[in-house]
Amino acid sequence: MEHPIDPSLTRRELLIASAASAAAAVVAPSLAGARGTTAPPSRAPVNAKIRLRVNGQPRELELDTRTTLLDALREHLQLTGTKKGCDHGQCGACTVLVDGRRINSCLTLAVMHEGAVVTTIEGLGRPGALHPMQAAFVKHDGYQCGYCTPGQICSAVAVLDEIERGIPSHVTADLSAPPRPTPEELRERMSGNICRCGAYSNIVDAIAEVSGSEA
Amino acid sequence: MKAFTYEHARSPAEAAAKAARTRGAKFIAGGTNLLDLMKLEIEAPTHLIDVNGLALDTIEPTPDGGLRIGALVRNTDLAADARVRRDYALLSRALLAGASGQLRNKATTAGNLLQRTRCPYFYDPNQPCNKRLPGSGCAALGGYSRPHAVVGASDACIATHPSDMAVAMRALDATIETVRADGSMRRLPIAELHRLPGDTPHVETVLAPGELITAVVLPKPPGGTHVYHKVRDRASYAFALVSVGAIVRRDGSGRVALGGVAPKPWRVEAAEAELPRGAKAVAAGLLADAKPTRDNAFKLTLVERTLDAVLSEAKG
Amino acid sequence: MKFDAPATTNPIDQLRVVGRPTDRIDGPLKVTGTAKYAFEYGDAVDRPAYGYVVGAAIAKGRIVSIDTSAAKAAPGVLAVVTASEAGPLGKGKYNTAKLLGGPPIDHYHQAIAVVVAETFEQARSAAALVRAEYARVPGRYDLNGARASAVKPKEGDPDSAVGDFAAAFAAAPVRLDETYTTPDHAHAMMEPHATIAAWDGDRLTLWTANQMIDWSKGDVAKTLGIPKENVRLISPFIGGGFGGKLFVRADAVLAALGARAAGRPVKLALPRPFMFNNTTHRPATIQRIRIGANADGTIVAIGHESWSGDLPGGSPETAVSQTRLLYAGANRMTAMRLAELDLPEGNAMRAPGEASGMMALEIAIDEMAEKLGIDPIEFRIRNDTQVDPEKPARPFSQRRLIECLRTGAERFGWSRRDPRPASLRDGRWLVGLGVAAAFRNNIVMKSGARVRLDASGMVTVETDMTDIGTGTYTIVAQTAAELLGVPLDRVVVRLGDSSFPVSAGSGGQWGANSATAGVYAAAMKLRETIARTVGLDPSEATFADGEVRVDGRRVPLAHAAAAGELVAEDVMEYGDLDKKYQQSTFGAHFVEAAVDSATGEIRLRRMLAVCAAGRILNPKSARSQVIGAMTMGAGAALMEELVVDKRLGFFVNHDLAGYEVPVHADIPHQDVVFLDEVDPMSSPMKAKGVGELGICGIAAAVANAVYNATGVRVREYPITLDKFLDRLPRSA
Repeated sequence: MEHPIDPSLTRRELLIASAASAAAAVVAPSLAGARGTTAPPSRAPVNAKIRLRVNGQPRELELDTRTTLLDALREHLQLTGTKKGCDHGQCGACTVLVDGRRINSCLTLAVMHEGAVVTTIEGLGRPGALHPMQAAFVKHDGYQCGYCTPGQICSAVAVLDEIERGIPSHVTADLSAPPRPTPEELRERMSGNICRCGAYSNIVDAIAEVSGSEA
Repeated sequence: MKAFTYEHARSPAEAAAKAARTRGAKFIAGGTNLLDLMKLEIEAPTHLIDVNGLALDTIEPTPDGGLRIGALVRNTDLAADARVRRDYALLSRALLAGASGQLRNKATTAGNLLQRTRCPYFYDPNQPCNKRLPGSGCAALGGYSRPHAVVGASDACIATHPSDMAVAMRALDATIETVRADGSMRRLPIAELHRLPGDTPHVETVLAPGELITAVVLPKPPGGTHVYHKVRDRASYAFALVSVGAIVRRDGSGRVALGGVAPKPWRVEAAEAELPRGAKAVAAGLLADAKPTRDNAFKLTLVERTLDAVLSEAKG
Repeated sequence: MKFDAPATTNPIDQLRVVGRPTDRIDGPLKVTGTAKYAFEYGDAVDRPAYGYVVGAAIAKGRIVSIDTSAAKAAPGVLAVVTASEAGPLGKGKYNTAKLLGGPPIDHYHQAIAVVVAETFEQARSAAALVRAEYARVPGRYDLNGARASAVKPKEGDPDSAVGDFAAAFAAAPVRLDETYTTPDHAHAMMEPHATIAAWDGDRLTLWTANQMIDWSKGDVAKTLGIPKENVRLISPFIGGGFGGKLFVRADAVLAALGARAAGRPVKLALPRPFMFNNTTHRPATIQRIRIGANADGTIVAIGHESWSGDLPGGSPETAVSQTRLLYAGANRMTAMRLAELDLPEGNAMRAPGEASGMMALEIAIDEMAEKLGIDPIEFRIRNDTQVDPEKPARPFSQRRLIECLRTGAERFGWSRRDPRPASLRDGRWLVGLGVAAAFRNNIVMKSGARVRLDASGMVTVETDMTDIGTGTYTIVAQTAAELLGVPLDRVVVRLGDSSFPVSAGSGGQWGANSATAGVYAAAMKLRETIARTVGLDPSEATFADGEVRVDGRRVPLAHAAAAGELVAEDVMEYGDLDKKYQQSTFGAHFVEAAVDSATGEIRLRRMLAVCAAGRILNPKSARSQVIGAMTMGAGAALMEELVVDKRLGFFVNHDLAGYEVPVHADIPHQDVVFLDEVDPMSSPMKAKGVGELGICGIAAAVANAVYNATGVRVREYPITLDKFLDRLPRSA
C-alpha cells in the first residue's frame, strides 16, 4: 500500500487491510460474509402467464417471474433487435417503447406489463421499408458496430415525441416555454443511450434531420 | 436473482398488511433500482407486491395551496407537470438532472426517495459492506471513496444517498404520507424519513415493515428563485459529485440543500440564516461536522464554490 | 500476390466505387435490429441451454475448496464445471492469464466455474450458489509502488538511443522534465463478450464476438486441447471490440466446456459488472518526458520513459513508440519498464502504445512550446522530420503532419487563440483552445480472400475478416465492385467465418488496408479467370458496367459463369517496403474547451481532426472511425479511469455507472478533414489505417485546451475537477 500506516484508519478498515495483505491463509467468506460456508437452498422458480401486444401482434407467454421484458423479447419472442448491453440500466441498448414511452427493458419484469403495447426496433421498420429515423441513421452513418443502434433509434423516436409533448429537459432554459429540438436538447435527451463507438455527432445530425431542425 | 412469487396489490392498505406479514416481501413500482440489485442478489425478496395498479399516480392540489404527489407519479411526469414547473421549479430541475429519459419514465416518486446507495463496494457482493451485510466492515473507508459522503456518515458506512429529487423535496419541506400495516396513515416530514447510518447503515429509513409511501405532499409554493446545480464528471447520466439546490427570495433569505455529500439529502436549517453573508458562511454551517477522506475532501471546496455560483445565479 | 514494389497505376485508381462516401451496405440490417450478433444465433442450434459464469472473489491466492453441490441441485441446472472438472486445459497463445482459474487465482473475477441451466434465470440464480473458500496471498496492485521493481522487458524493443541524450539535455538552454500518468482504461464495448457453443461429436462451432478469427480458432483449440481443424468460429457482426475482442475470452471457453458437460449447445454472455475485472484492459502508465531545445525552438534532446505493469508473463504498454518517430532531435532516448502486478490482464486497447504515449507527449510539447514562447503549432512544424529520426536512411512513405496542422489551424480559427492562459471568458466559463498532433503507425498484415462469380453475375466475397463497426462490409464490397466493374448492389460480402480464407483481422488499424488488399489479390485473380474463360487476353481486359472488355469485344460477366461458378482465392503478402519506408498516419487535433470557473466542470465546445492517412476508401465510414476515436479520447481526457483498490487488488468501479464513458451530452459537433493522399508504399489500395489515428493525441488536445482556458496544468489523467479546483481562478 502507498500509506502502510495511517493513523486515521478505523478498526474495521484495518481488519480489511490486514486481511488483504496478510500472508497467512484467510478465508474469503469471512471477509465477504455474504458467502456463507453452506449455501441456502435455492427457491423453486415461479411461472406466470403474460399477454403482450408486441409490434402489433398479440403474444402470450408463460415465463419465470424473474424474466425481464428484455429477455422475454430476446429469448422467448426471438426479437433480438433489442440489445442487452449492461442489463443494469446503465447503457440504454435495451430501450423499447412501452405504451408509447421509452424505457430500459432490462430493468422491468415482463410480468409487470400484462396487456402492454410494446414497440421494438423490429416494429418501427424493416429493410426496404425503413422508418424515417432508421433511414436517417443510415444516411448520416449514425452508428458503427450497430449494437447500441436499435436503442438509439427507439430513444430518438421517443425523444421527438417528448419534445412535441412539451416535456422539459435538464438543458431547457425556460421551464415555462415549450422545448425545441436543438442539438443541445437532443444531446441531453439522448444521453441515456451510450455509443462506445462514438457516433454521437452523426446520431444528433440524423435526429435533427428527422425533427426538421438543424444540427 | 432468487425466485420469488408475485402479486398485484389491490389497495394500499392491503398491500401494506400483506407485506408486513410476508417474510421477505418487497413492493415493486418502477423497479429500476430494485431489479438492478436483485440481479446481483443484493436484494433477494421472496415475494414481490406490484403496486403499479394502485391509483397513486395523480398530482392534486391540496386545500392549503400545495400539491399532493401520488407515490407512483413517474419522474418524467412530475418534472413536466405545469404546476411543478411554475411553482416548484427546484423539483423539476432536480428530477431532470437525474438518471436518463428512459429511467425517469419508469422511476416513481416514492421509489426515488427509497433508492439505495451507489457505493461500488455495496454493489459488489464479494466485498465487505455494513449496509449490505451488517458487521462485515466498510471497504470504502480507506478504499476508493471519491464519490462518498463527507458529512453525516459514520465509521460503519460512508455511502451517499444518490437521489437528486430528494434534495429538492428536502428544500421544499415535503411531507411523506404512508399507510401502515394496520391500515393507519401517517405523515412525516421528509427530514425524518432517512436515517443516518450510525452503527446500523442497513436501516436506511424510519419506515416500519410493510409501511407503504402513498404520497409526497408539498406545502404551498415557497416563491423565490429556484436553482439546482448538479456537478458531475460527465455532462449527463451520472450521479452527483455534489449538487446544490437553493431557493432564494428577493430579501436574500432562502433555503439550501445538498446532494452527493451525505447519507441523506443534506440540509441544515441553521446554516440558512447565514445566506446574507454568502456561500462561504453557509457552506461552513452545512459542513460543520464534515469528516472527509483523502479522496473526497475536494467536495468541501466544491460545495462552497457551487453554492457561490448558485447564489449568484439566483440573484440574476 | 506479393506486394514488394511501390504500387503503380491499377484499377482501384479509377475510383468509380472506392473512395466514395457510400452508405454502409449493412446499414439497413443494423438500423432494423436484423444484424445478428453472437448471442442471437440460438435458432441455429438445437435447444440451447444458458451458461453463467462464476468469478473469483479474491485477487490473488488459491481456492481452498469449492462446493458446487447446491448449484448442481438447483432447479433447471444441467451442469457445473470447475477447473478440476474441466479436464486438462491449455492457455491460449494470446492469453496471459488462464480463462478458467483454480486452484490458483491470478486476478479478481477470474472465472472459476460455469453453471449451465435450462434458462438464463436458473443459470444466474444457481451460479450464486457456488461456494468457494480461498487462501489469499499478498498481491502487487500499485503501479507507482512497483515502479522501482520494474524491469526491462525481455521481448520487443524496449529501449532506443541515438547520440548522447544526457549530455545534450543537460546542455540545452530550455528544458522540460515532467512526469505524466494515465490510468487503466476499459474497452467497454456495448456488446458484452458472448458466445454460443455447439459440439457435434468432437467438432466445435462457436458463434462468438471476436475480432481475430484465425488467432482465436487456434487459441480455442489450444485451450481445449483439440485439433484446430475441429474448431469453427462464426462472427459476422461484432458489437464493438477496440482490442477487447482480439483474443479468446472466458465466454468462449466456458460456453464450450459447459456445452460439453451438459450435452447441449450453450449460450453464454459475460455479465457487464464482471467484464471489467475478468477481461483485459489498457494498462496504466507513468511517463517521464524530457525535452531540451535551443532558444529558437530546435529540439536537441528528447527522452521518453514509460512504466507499466501486467501479470507475470505479460507485456508493457508501449507508450514510447511515437516518440521514436514523431519529432526531430539529434540526441534521443526511449525506455520501457514493466512491473509485475496482480491486477487483471493488461492488453491491447485501441491504438496500444500511441494512445497512451500521445496523451503524455503532446502535453509535453505544449508545455515546451510555452517555455520557449513559441506557438505550439509552429514548435511542432519547426521540429518536423521527413525521415525516421533514429534511422535517418528510412524516409517516411508519406508525412504531411505540417499540412494537417496548418489546415486545421486555418479551419479552426487558431489565430484567434490568446496564448496567455485564462484570458478568454464567456460568462462564468473560461474558454480555451488546444492542439495536438495525431500519430499512429500503419501496419500491413497478410490477408486472404475468395471471390466468386455466379451465373447471375453476382459477385460474392468471402474472407474471415471482421467488421467491428469499422465499415469492413462496405469497403470490401467497394473494392470488389471496383475491380470487377459491377455496381455495389451486385456484390455480396460474407465475413467472420473461419471456413473462409484467413484475413488480417481487425486490430492495430491494419484491417481496412490489409483486408481490402487481400480482396484485391483474389479479385485480380478472378479477373484473369473470367477473361480466360471467355477467351479474352487477361492482360488487356478491362471490367466495367458488368462486362469484361477487350478492344471492341464485350462479354457480360454472367456469361463467363454460365457454365459454372468461377472462383478465385488469393492472399496478399508483403515484402520489405515497410522496412525501407516508415509508414505512419498523421493528423492534427483541435479542441475548444470551456471550464466552469466556479465548479471546474469541463465541457467541450468544438472538435476538429485533420488526417493524412493514405487513400480513404470510404470517407463516410472513415470519418465515423475518426469521430469515434475522438470521442473515446475525450473520455480518456476527462473521465475514464478504472480505479484500483490497492488493498484488495481489483478495479472498483466495475460497471457502466461507475466507469463513466462519454455520453451524447459530452460530445459537441465534430469535424473531420481528410487530406487528399495516396500512399503507394502501403498496398495496391494505397490506403492506410485510420481507425486508431483519431484517438492518438486527442486527449492531449483536450488537456491543452483546458490549460489554455484555466492556466492550470493537470498531468494526471483523467482531468477531473478535484485535481485542479483549488488552483482554478475564481470568477471575476
